[in-house]
Amino acid sequence: MEKETCTFSYCKKPDVTEVECDLLIMGGGMAGCGAAFEACRWANAKKMTVVMVDKAATDRSGAVAMGLSAINTYVGENKVADYVKYVRNDLMGIIREDLVFDLGRHVDDSVQCFEEWGLPIWKKGDDGFSMDGHQAIAAGKKSLKDGGTPVRTGKWQIMINGESYKVVVAEAAKKALETNRAATGMAQNHYERVFIVKAVMDKNGKNVAAAIGFSTRENKIYSFKAKAMLCATAGAVNCFRPRSVGEGMGRTWYPVFCAGSGYAFGMQAGAELTLMENRFVPARFKDGYGPVGAWFLFFKAKATDSYGEDYCTNKEYFDDAIARYGDYAKNLGTAIRNHLMMRAMRDGKGPILMQTPSALEIISKNMKEKLGEKEGAKQVKHLEAEAWEDFLDMAIGQASLWAACNIEPDKVASEIMPTEPYLLGSHAGCAGFWVSGPGDLPGTPEHYTWGYNRMTTVPGLFMAGDVVGASGHKFSSGSHAEGRMAAKAALAYILDNAGYKPDPKLTLDEIAAELYLPFEIYEKYKTYTTDPVINPNYIGPKALQARLMKIADEYFGGCSTWYMTSKTMLEEGLRKLDMLKEDCNKMAAKDLHELLRCFENYHRILSVEAHARHILFREESRYPGYYYRGDFNKIDDANWKCFTNSVYHADSNTWEFKKVPYVQMYP
Amino acid sequence: MPSFVITEKCDGCKAGDKTACQYICPHDLMILNRDTMKAYNQEPEQCWECFNCVKICPQQAVEVRGYSDFVPLGSQTIPLRGSDNIMWTIKFRSGLTKRFKFPIRTTVEGSVDPYAGKPEPDFATIKKPGFFNTPARTE
Repeated sequence: MEKETCTFSYCKKPDVTEVECDLLIMGGGMAGCGAAFEACRWANAKKMTVVMVDKAATDRSGAVAMGLSAINTYVGENKVADYVKYVRNDLMGIIREDLVFDLGRHVDDSVQCFEEWGLPIWKKGDDGFSMDGHQAIAAGKKSLKDGGTPVRTGKWQIMINGESYKVVVAEAAKKALETNRAATGMAQNHYERVFIVKAVMDKNGKNVAAAIGFSTRENKIYSFKAKAMLCATAGAVNCFRPRSVGEGMGRTWYPVFCAGSGYAFGMQAGAELTLMENRFVPARFKDGYGPVGAWFLFFKAKATDSYGEDYCTNKEYFDDAIARYGDYAKNLGTAIRNHLMMRAMRDGKGPILMQTPSALEIISKNMKEKLGEKEGAKQVKHLEAEAWEDFLDMAIGQASLWAACNIEPDKVASEIMPTEPYLLGSHAGCAGFWVSGPGDLPGTPEHYTWGYNRMTTVPGLFMAGDVVGASGHKFSSGSHAEGRMAAKAALAYILDNAGYKPDPKLTLDEIAAELYLPFEIYEKYKTYTTDPVINPNYIGPKALQARLMKIADEYFGGCSTWYMTSKTMLEEGLRKLDMLKEDCNKMAAKDLHELLRCFENYHRILSVEAHARHILFREESRYPGYYYRGDFNKIDDANWKCFTNSVYHADSNTWEFKKVPYVQMYP
Repeated sequence: MPSFVITEKCDGCKAGDKTACQYICPHDLMILNRDTMKAYNQEPEQCWECFNCVKICPQQAVEVRGYSDFVPLGSQTIPLRGSDNIMWTIKFRSGLTKRFKFPIRTTVEGSVDPYAGKPEPDFATIKKPGFFNTPARTE
């Protein structure tokens, strides 16, 4: 097919602004805000400039945009080494233990900062019952920093009143950036509604010299030149055809606005990826995708099939799981519990039900026995409010769905269901980049460290949060802490390489032409047909996404094949994906919103390609319950207890794969 | 469920320098129709239902209607976000109404001073574990 180019013959040329700084932070979510908070303190002292770019409004951007009802990583009274063990178990034995330990030894300070800035954290009252963040303060309960006792729902989780979690964390980050402006005299260092499209390499062939993007509010293009860059953007959502394909497509479990932009950025820079075959398929309340954690852990509710059987204890299913997946099955990690649920569903024993009425009945009985009829009833009412808050803080639509279906959890059980697949590295997944560890931990093998913590294989390009591979279960607090760790290391890198002046390979005119190509194509062809939506000369953003979702779902192990794929299916899907990738040269956008969607979907396409090629490379089913290789449906530790790393060469559109040894550092 | 804007209540944020819902939406969905000076959700099937447009609207003109592909009609979820609490009113299809009030923050908005009481960084430790304000824990 003929390649399209943009000469601005049809669309108007935008203003191009070049911004120079020392450290560029991409993404304003938890990791980005952590990075800004830590970086500015160090940078101010040396008059180094820190710039943060966010595609949304930082107050409500990133995975915590809606809020959260719990912080899932607070080590507190536990041992960091036990945190490593827990993460290793849940991620089927292969993680970077140096990265995970490093996170565990740092994360608590971020949580204590959140509390200081105004996040209400539940505390345990003297009667053993929980107090919300306001009650705790009124009762004179100590802060976490001063030894206060949080309310744990599991070993690592603490409960919060988190409606404004992100607003509070963003406020600290924005204030930090303000101090950096005061220290350096920089007029602007916080850009909202600017979407970074890609990395532009340096003429030296090694560094990323610039991150280029556009404003989603005005016709303006930006080139951010930086001595070091920190990519802190999210994972990839809405890549696979979701279970809901009408309006409900938006009700994804992880935020619908996570477009895999960080994966795409690093891939285009040639950074090495690891474990991109990993994915997360959460089992959540059906359709509304509300959280189940509090129901399992806090209310001790049981999930059963429709005959009341706990599918995790079904002998036939469990024996088969042990035969295929060995000792990993015995630990009943998230993937294996999913697998057993799917077995029951495939046998027609659905719907799977969260037995909320029996759980609440037991709680109610215990409370009344312990506290008497009146006080007991009061506590039950308090607990009911806590259950609703769990939804209202982080999955409001689930509350609405229950209300619309007249579901009162003390009367009716609720369906749970495995969702469509998600790619991420900070929650219960570990798909991302291969980064350097801290290097100081005893037993660290040589191939885990190359100078600067959280730096990719591309010098000066750092990662934090979702885009760091092989170290999941960071969640919101861990992502903030990792942003801080990466930012600090990036500043050390900048100080060591003070003489580096970024010199991008592309001119500003070339950058403008590349980013506005979808406008040029749209304007050039739009009048050829009577309705610009149907036009043989280009592809719009919705079509890009629909084609990607169909390929991913049908060939790469989506819901429609019950997460099953194989060499032959992957290869056929990749052939179709190659054509879709080629067609991206004919993306068309009628306005800035569509331009955003075009490039977001391009980022999704690259992320999914990495995912599929990694699944193809790993000839085993390491993550049953998330995906299966039908041709290798077992865990094969003898050949595959290792990292699978890849590099994408954007210039030649080729891939390189290798196995990298896993080292167990903690018992 | 996608957000919708009540025609009578929306004033296009005439008083402000930008439309509140357009400013806050994490997914770039809310947009102002310059002809009618009313806002609308331009891509309802991409709405995550984060309710940020509902919470921020100064006119209480934005509400949410259940995703049409799986939510029956007749329920309502209405937040009222104050300076330190949020009030929720949830109306069931059956008419049953539940009200909840939860804390949202313990400090005054805008009062965060991120480095207050925290030490200056020690550059001798920049390549060591720990943050500018605290060492990493050891065990």
